[in-house]
Amino acid sequence: MYQEIILEHYRRPLHAGLREPFDAQVQHINPTCGDEVTLRVALKDAGGEPVLADVSYDALGCSISQASASVMADMIIGKTVGEAMDISEAFLKLMQSRGEAEPDEDMLGDAVAFEGVAKYPARIKCALLGWMAWKDATARALSERAEPEPAVQDPDGEKL
Amino acid sequence: MTSAQEITTATASGIAGRGSVLDIEAVRADFPILGRAVRGGNHLIYLDSGATSHKPRQVLDAERDFYTTHNAAAHRGAHLLGEEATDAYESARARIASFLSADPGEIVFTKSATEAVNLVAYAMSNAATAGAQADRFAVGPGDEVLVTEAEHHANLVPWQQLCQRTGATLRWFGVTPDGRLDLAGMDELINDRTRVVAVTHQSNVTGVVPPVAQIAAAAHAHGALVLADGAQSVPHKPVDVTGVGADFLVFSGHKMLGPSGIGVLWGRRELLESMPPFITGGSMIEVVRMEGSTFLPPPDRFEAGVPAAAQAVGLAAACNYLDTLGMPNVAAHEEALTAHALEALSGIAGLRILGPLDTDHRGGAVSFVVDGIHPHDVGQVLDELGVAVRTGHHCAWPLHRALGAQSSTRATFYVYNTHDEVDALAEGVRQAQKFFGTA
Repeated sequence: MYQEIILEHYRRPLHAGLREPFDAQVQHINPTCGDEVTLRVALKDAGGEPVLADVSYDALGCSISQASASVMADMIIGKTVGEAMDISEAFLKLMQSRGEAEPDEDMLGDAVAFEGVAKYPARIKCALLGWMAWKDATARALSERAEPEPAVQDPDGEKL
Repeated sequence: MTSAQEITTATASGIAGRGSVLDIEAVRADFPILGRAVRGGNHLIYLDSGATSHKPRQVLDAERDFYTTHNAAAHRGAHLLGEEATDAYESARARIASFLSADPGEIVFTKSATEAVNLVAYAMSNAATAGAQADRFAVGPGDEVLVTEAEHHANLVPWQQLCQRTGATLRWFGVTPDGRLDLAGMDELINDRTRVVAVTHQSNVTGVVPPVAQIAAAAHAHGALVLADGAQSVPHKPVDVTGVGADFLVFSGHKMLGPSGIGVLWGRRELLESMPPFITGGSMIEVVRMEGSTFLPPPDRFEAGVPAAAQAVGLAAACNYLDTLGMPNVAAHEEALTAHALEALSGIAGLRILGPLDTDHRGGAVSFVVDGIHPHDVGQVLDELGVAVRTGHHCAWPLHRALGAQSSTRATFYVYNTHDEVDALAEGVRQAQKFFGTA
């Protein structure tokens, strides 16, 4: 399970750290094992489709959760939200495959290294933690764009 | 045969030897699951009895025997099987009572220690509408519920919820850097507004055994009730309820070689008599009309539904098994393993043990953090070697924060563990350090 790629990303995580600007921030926790991740998403428009300008994170957890967040960030930064969602779906499928599926290397890139994790059910949530946080943050960032919070509220809390 | 006293003295001055007051080979032979192979074809080295313990044949046979021979709904039915089931259930109650030097009428069967704590917490909020005789249990705004930072969530969250339901204020003892309760503020924390004090009888993370009797004396001086969480003490050492000092003691069967789904609330008779029930329904009623119902005296009042008789019988068999080994011997065996583990792990560079480093008022839960390696990864390497430990917060998140640990790896010991297994634990940690390059 501990492929060299995973250990590499654990020792030297890519895109780690929380950066500005960002559109949404979430904090996800895996209560059973103590993995935590704080994750920010920054979107930009490029020809009508939202693009992931930046995905920054602070991950406190096991090698699998940290490496997965690193691999994820490296793969999806610069892609459209739609493209990143496809990768996310493919990764989820790989995690649920019990090690029996043939992973799509073109789609998943380095993430295929997590193939072995699917044989250890207790670690699947670790590998998915970053992805779940990213999906949550992206959903919030997108809905924020659709219905932005007003810059000013009157003292009674009513939206102006 | 070496007495428990001699072993205790020996371990106090260092690891005397690897013998045990228990006949370990014979004990292990009683546990069918210990024969199975796990990851990599390794034999099982189970160091997670703090989460749940394995079951000896004697317990499995007793439970199965009930189902094959005496099964019926206890406390119901005038037929022969009904009588036998009732007899088995009530005999189990009496057996468990004697295990604790308690009165059978003070033993309430629950699903677990967690449910037992909830039973008392809900009795206290239900007291608001249960009539004058329940007044001593009622809490409201201005009242205080005192817990500790060292509690398992089962003895913390129900009290938080009680305060939320009733408007009472939650307060707590903090812990010192070695995980013991910080009693410095006790004179202020226990006062005339304190209605209940909930405290662990033995920590599932640090093994710490707090001075429950001393805390209880202070609580009683102010008219407060005391509940002790015995989930990690009752299975591991002799416990006489008359000496604990508390008004309530809870524990779970599955952590003491018994079946899952059965736990115990021990409570002082005079308290149970005026306490309102938590879970209601059949079995606990006296008279039922559409307009309202009356309830039976304790312990029946707190045992709604068809009794878990098979599980109670299994727990009684567990008590028999433990008494055959002798609880002082069980405690001595574990103290030796704990001392060995503390010494072996203390010798590993980059490893920090959470809790005291000797066995003085400290039981067999050894939790630790390893520099540069997350507990989940430590646990994974150990798992590959067949060593089963627990990783995470062990249902004691505030305690971890107080001890400066994001999470930890925990080994717990019981009657079937050996010194070789402690060695395997230490060796496994060293292997993890090699693998992750932090050695």
